This record gives sequence, C-alpha cells and structure tokens, in this order.
Amino acid sequence: MTIKICIGSSCHLKGSYAVVSRLQALVEEKNLSDKITFASKFCMGKCAEGVCVSIDEENFEHINADNVDNFFETEVVTRL
Amino acid sequence: MRIFDTDVQKLKYEILREVARHAYEDRLIDCYTDIPVAMAPGPKATMRCCVYKERAIAVERVKLAMGGNKDNPNTIEVIGIACDECPVSTYQVTDVCRGCLAHHCAAACPRGAISFDENQKAHIDPDKCVECGKCAEACPYGAIANRKRPCERACKVKAISEGENHVAHIDNDKCIQCGACVYQCPFGAISQKSFILDAIQMLRESEATKAFNVYAVVAPSIASQFRYAKLGQVVTALKRLGFYNVVEAALGADIVAYAEARELAEKGFLTSSCCPAFVSYIHKQFPKMVDKISHNPSPMVAISKYIKETDPEAKVVFIGPCTAKKAEAQKEEAKPWVDCVLTFDELQALIDSRDFDVSELEESDLDNASYYGRIFARSGGLSDAVVQALKEQNIDFTVKPAVCDGIEQCRMALLKASRGALPENFIEGMACVGGCIGGAGCLTHGAKDKSEVDKYGMEAFEKTIADALKVL
Repeated sequence: MTIKICIGSSCHLKGSYAVVSRLQALVEEKNLSDKITFASKFCMGKCAEGVCVSIDEENFEHINADNVDNFFETEVVTRL
Repeated sequence: MRIFDTDVQKLKYEILREVARHAYEDRLIDCYTDIPVAMAPGPKATMRCCVYKERAIAVERVKLAMGGNKDNPNTIEVIGIACDECPVSTYQVTDVCRGCLAHHCAAACPRGAISFDENQKAHIDPDKCVECGKCAEACPYGAIANRKRPCERACKVKAISEGENHVAHIDNDKCIQCGACVYQCPFGAISQKSFILDAIQMLRESEATKAFNVYAVVAPSIASQFRYAKLGQVVTALKRLGFYNVVEAALGADIVAYAEARELAEKGFLTSSCCPAFVSYIHKQFPKMVDKISHNPSPMVAISKYIKETDPEAKVVFIGPCTAKKAEAQKEEAKPWVDCVLTFDELQALIDSRDFDVSELEESDLDNASYYGRIFARSGGLSDAVVQALKEQNIDFTVKPAVCDGIEQCRMALLKASRGALPENFIEGMACVGGCIGGAGCLTHGAKDKSEVDKYGMEAFEKTIADALKVL
C-alpha cells in the first residue's frame, strides 16, 4: 500500500508534516513498515480541503493532526 | 505602477506578448506580418530611420521570441540590424580637460599611455591604453570618459567585440549567458532566445489531454518582482495559465544548502554551483578550478528532480530572473528534469497575452521552503544557508565564505584561489551584481529588492532548513 501525502503549499501550511509524522509513527508502532510505503506529492487538486492524502490513488481530504489516528484506523488498517 | 526599468524591455515584452497571443489563437504563421506592422504602424518612424527598418527589426525580435536561430547554440543572440554600431573607442579625454599642472591622470596610468600637448591637455595613446580606467578615476575634473560600447562594457568576460560591419559580435567560447549585455544594450540589439512557445504548447496539451501536469518552479527573487500585485496573486495567475501547481525553487535551495554544507566539510574548499553563469565562467576561464565546483545540482535542478520523482509524467517550467538558466536547462544533467525556462519578463508577457489582471485575482498560498532557501536570491544568502546547514547538522567545520557578486568579484576570488592565496574556504559566486535579484530577466531592479527578498524569507512558515526538508 502506498500512502501519499500532499506537500503543496496549501496542505503544507495546513500541517502536512504533522500528518506525515503521525502516520509514520503509527506505522512503526504497529510494525507495518513492510506493508506501507510513504510518498509525497505537490498538490492533489483540492487545495481548499487539505491536508489531502491518498491511499493507492483513492483520495481523502480534511486530514489533520486531530483526526489522523481515526483515519489510520478506519481507512488504512481496514484496507490492509 | 512601473512594470519595467526601460522602454527596451517593454518593446521586447510587447513582441513576446503578441507572439503568445498568436500562439493561443493558432495563427503563429501571421506573426511575421502582423506584429511588425502593429509595432511600427507608420507612416512616421518613432525609433529608427524609417518604419521599414523598424519593422525589419521587429521581424528579428519575433524570430527570437519564437526560439531564435537553431543553428546557434548560444541562448543569447545579436540582432545585427538593430545594432546601432556605436562608435568604438574606449577612454577619451574630453573638452572638460583643463590642462592642469598636476597630471594625476599620467601618474595613475600604469602603462605610460598619457601625454600632453603644448596646452598641457592630456591625450591617450590607444596602442598603449589597457582600459584600466585609473586615469578617469584620478582626474579631479572628471574629464576622462569611458566611451566603450555599452554591450562591451557590460560584458565582464570580454565575449563581445566589434564584428563585421561594426556590428557587435558574441564569442560563444567566452559567453557565459549572464545576460548583462541583453539588459545594457540601449538599442535592444542583444536578446535572449525565448522558449515561451514551448511553455504554451505544454500548458495547452496538459489541459487538453489531462495526461500530465505542468509545474511552475519559481525562483525566490520573484519576491522583488511583480510589485503591482501580491505574490499570492501571481501564484493564482500561474494556475490560471494552466500550471497544475507552483513550487518554490527555494526548496531546492534548502536541499542544496544541506548537501553543500556536508560536501564543504568533507573537502575543505568549494565554490558554489547554484549560478549557471558562474559555473560556466569557471569552466571557460579557470579550467583548473573545475574540480573545486560543488557537485550539487543547482536548486532549479534539485527541486525539478524531486517533483518528477513524485510525479513521473510531470513537465517542469522554471521561471526566474536568469538568462543563463536557459543554457543550464540544455545541459545533460538538467535536461531530464527541466523542460522549459522562462524569465520574469516572459511570464509577464504570457499573463498579458491571456488578458487578465493579476492585481484583481485572489491570493493562493506559496510556501514550501525555509527562510534560508528563500534568501538564496540575494548575494550572501547562500553562504548564510551553508553556515546554518552546518549548524543544523552538527558538523564541526568553520566556513569562511568569500561572497562574490558580479563577475569581477568572482574573478578576483578565483584568481586568488587558483594560486592558493585565498584566505576563505568557500566561494559564493553569483554572476549578477546583488545576486539573482540583479538578473537580466527581471522586470525591475531597485534598491529595495534585497529587503523584499529578506522579508519574503522571514515570512516562511519553516524557520530552519531541517523544518523545510522534513516533509520530503
């Protein structure tokens, strides 16, 4: 599985890094590094709805430091 | 608000704008007939001896706007018929000479080129004169003038000379594409080739096919440009032109600063590699110093490469103040990553060909880089970034930078370094005076440019280089 996080200007200012670092920490915590790879992208086309994240080309918006744990449980873990 | 420094820039811009307009209207073939007449409607000539010459020159400008002479590898070209064939002479004693008794001029002349007539008035022997200018500096009346052609005076690498029929000639073996002559020729007879049509084609194809995204990589010197609008509005303008996203070249500068700091500490001595004109100058004039050039790519290449790693189908257009970047983009190490280079004046033409007002647009965000990446745009910024990068990576190495802006300063530092007599251990070389903000492709140059860049740097969300790089 590839998780892409938008690092374009808008998402960057909305906290891409907080989302990336939390997701990476969760992946490490659950020993999923061999199943999940991370990549970044400049812009996913929904600048007003950042932070944008995609899982194998499926897009998710409005991810932030507060809901990233929930996102991980409901969208990432369930797809593995 | 003033958009250009000179009317020559405006003239070139108008040609570019009209060529772009014709491209969008799918009638490029009419450029050679429509544009010259629109530029010189007549019946009276306003710039040259007659409208026919004005139109003939406009045809040449159209050619350059459409990519120029494909047989000439240089991205800078002389428009022969536009050259005014300025009278050639160098230092001349003018009527202001008072025939004084002190003869400071003769005392200052290292070659004994100055003699005096029966009225004590000075005369310069052109065979002995080496054009050092010391006599002109020494004369208390300012009676000695430098009458060198503006293009030759601008060209610090001495690539320009009088060619056939007195027309300026560029020696491609010496030219480093810095663009100084392009900006300084008062008749606009030297121009950069434009690749604006390539950019338009990419943008149109990307919108039509949706098969690929075109990214604009903007140089940090943009902070001192487009002063009639906000930077965020310029970013919106780029998106409106069809660019998928706008990314700061300054993030490439952050990448470069980190790697350059490590390389410097490892090797003990380096020159920077960001400025393509400076790099070309070392290759052409100091070949023995080539192995001292940092092996890092330029910020333009570093960020373009990163973009294509995240989006392999992408096309990248670099937009900056620099004419030399056009030559750099054609090199093997840049070709796979950078698809086109535009200067700020060309971007202005591209925007205006679409007839919208940047100052009325909403603002978009632009924030990828740190303060340090952003200040690369002005002289001294690169050195500050390397000092910071050493500190952030806990590398125990004391950098002593020789900050050089303008080829003359670069030359002095390189001369000393090649003889092992340079006390510093890092040469920051920028071909343009002031750094990139002094670039020939800028719309305007002003005293506030440096502070504008610093202000833009301070506005960066990320305060350290590590902060900017951590998302990559």
